[in-house]
Amino acid sequence: MARTNRSSLIAILVIIGGLIAVAFVNSNSLGNFGITLLSGLFQGMLLFLVASGLSIVFGLMDVLNFAQGAYFMVGAYVAYDAQHAGGLIDLTQAIPDPNLRFPVAVILAVIVGALLGVILERGLLRPLYARPVFQLVLTFGVALVMAEIIKFIWTTTPYSWTEVFGVRESFFELFGQRFSTYRLFVVGMGIVLIILIALLLRRSRIGIIIRAGVEDREMVQSLGINVQTVFTLVFTLGCAIAALGGAVAAPFLGASTTIGDIFLLQAIAVVVLGGMGSYEGTAIGSVMVGLAVAVAQDAAIGTSFAALPSITPMLLLILVLLLRPSGLFGNAR
Amino acid sequence: MTDSILEVRDIHTFIGQFHILEGVSVSVPVGSITVLLGRNGAGKTTTLRSIMGLTPPARGQILFDGKNIAGKHPHAIAQLGIGYVPEHRAIFRELTVHENLRIAERKRGDLARKADFIFELFPDLKRLIDLPGGNLSGGQQQMLAVARALVPDNRLLLIDEPSEGLAPVIIEQLMAAISRLAESSSVLLVEQNFRVASRLAQQYVIIEEGQSPAAGKIDALVQDAALVQRYLGVA
Repeated sequence: MARTNRSSLIAILVIIGGLIAVAFVNSNSLGNFGITLLSGLFQGMLLFLVASGLSIVFGLMDVLNFAQGAYFMVGAYVAYDAQHAGGLIDLTQAIPDPNLRFPVAVILAVIVGALLGVILERGLLRPLYARPVFQLVLTFGVALVMAEIIKFIWTTTPYSWTEVFGVRESFFELFGQRFSTYRLFVVGMGIVLIILIALLLRRSRIGIIIRAGVEDREMVQSLGINVQTVFTLVFTLGCAIAALGGAVAAPFLGASTTIGDIFLLQAIAVVVLGGMGSYEGTAIGSVMVGLAVAVAQDAAIGTSFAALPSITPMLLLILVLLLRPSGLFGNAR
Repeated sequence: MTDSILEVRDIHTFIGQFHILEGVSVSVPVGSITVLLGRNGAGKTTTLRSIMGLTPPARGQILFDGKNIAGKHPHAIAQLGIGYVPEHRAIFRELTVHENLRIAERKRGDLARKADFIFELFPDLKRLIDLPGGNLSGGQQQMLAVARALVPDNRLLLIDEPSEGLAPVIIEQLMAAISRLAESSSVLLVEQNFRVASRLAQQYVIIEEGQSPAAGKIDALVQDAALVQRYLGVA
């Protein structure tokens, strides 16, 4: 969480301004322009939900959690299962109204994500804190195992969301285009979450401890603070937020064992691009990458360059690192 | 015999494969300032870090208030009432002065209770309260590092090289502050500057090549030019 300086602000303004300008030039109407922006923000917010945990956990614990995408996947499956009839957790009898069932399904997904987070941190990761390479291999292995367990429980067939419920199906009109209220809801939720986490980090004692721990973990311990407990809390929170991402993405993207992979790759780009361990960098980087992917998706329509959206985060990462080698808000540690 | 708040008995500490402390013993009498003296690389900092549990000793005892604390986690050691001011200050650069002090609270209200005392010792910090620690000068950062150790009710302060790299006027201010601290808690100090150390401390322990070959009252050491020359290389 290094203090930003003029060059990073200029880089942010130039890149976001450039993306908005390209989106505007590419779209033939204000309506299309609005749709691209909303799509970019929607993707950016989902990305933030994976990247924020990745970034804070890395900053505090020096652990790059490759299982973060798997938690996103678990969130999507649990929410899907709880919302639809005939699944493992069938809530259709208990809560017949799908509009009421959805928030419960999301909360359930977050709880499952948090519980799995505690198990991973306490049970597997803790003995390996002194061995960074082992941690990396472990979290990667856990992601693979989680995907296999999901296949065992829910089979290998991807699920498309079929349950109809209010917010998902509602649209509003602007500049002659239909906009999805659900996407707007996810964007709003993402913004609220960005602010809440920022307040947690800035105002609360635990936030001060996390920020201090990112700088100097040893000194935090020397002040009488049990860093292990803080690790568990932060790791669990990161996994729970990733599961929340999967749960709110499921109505649009469904549930599949590969759903988390794309977000994990993009989130790693966001964390590096924003500056390793910087919360502000992660929030801004998520929006940036989300917008860039949406612009690339628009640009790729009707061309033979269908891979453009998937390589865009890495192109953006290269661009930012050329401008600022330590990332937007990174310090040169 | 004077009661000791801290008794380090024959500790051996390894860092990686290196045997850094090869039998260090230190006694800190209650209410005194004891200084660890010795050349660079002798093992003074490792002694403090071993007491704090940051580089736990492989052998030997560390008795705080008569109870062995060797092998405990650093946070558990700190919670017993031991404050640590490490070498190079280790203040949190991204946190404001207020946050740097607030994080040191062990009980709610610690900072509110101690604020007047802290700002009386270090008036500059009051003025700088909302600035990030990284914006402070070296001397101000050192004051903040010492002030941070004063927020909770510590009975023993471990202070590592407080005068390092500071201007004489700042050193004077810090020395006055450390003398005041000793009125309410015991202090184990590492200090390279013999003149500063001899004015502050009542007891000394020489650390040489990972051992503690000499200890006693500082007044006696000041009189013993040969001993000073032998272990510290100053006349």
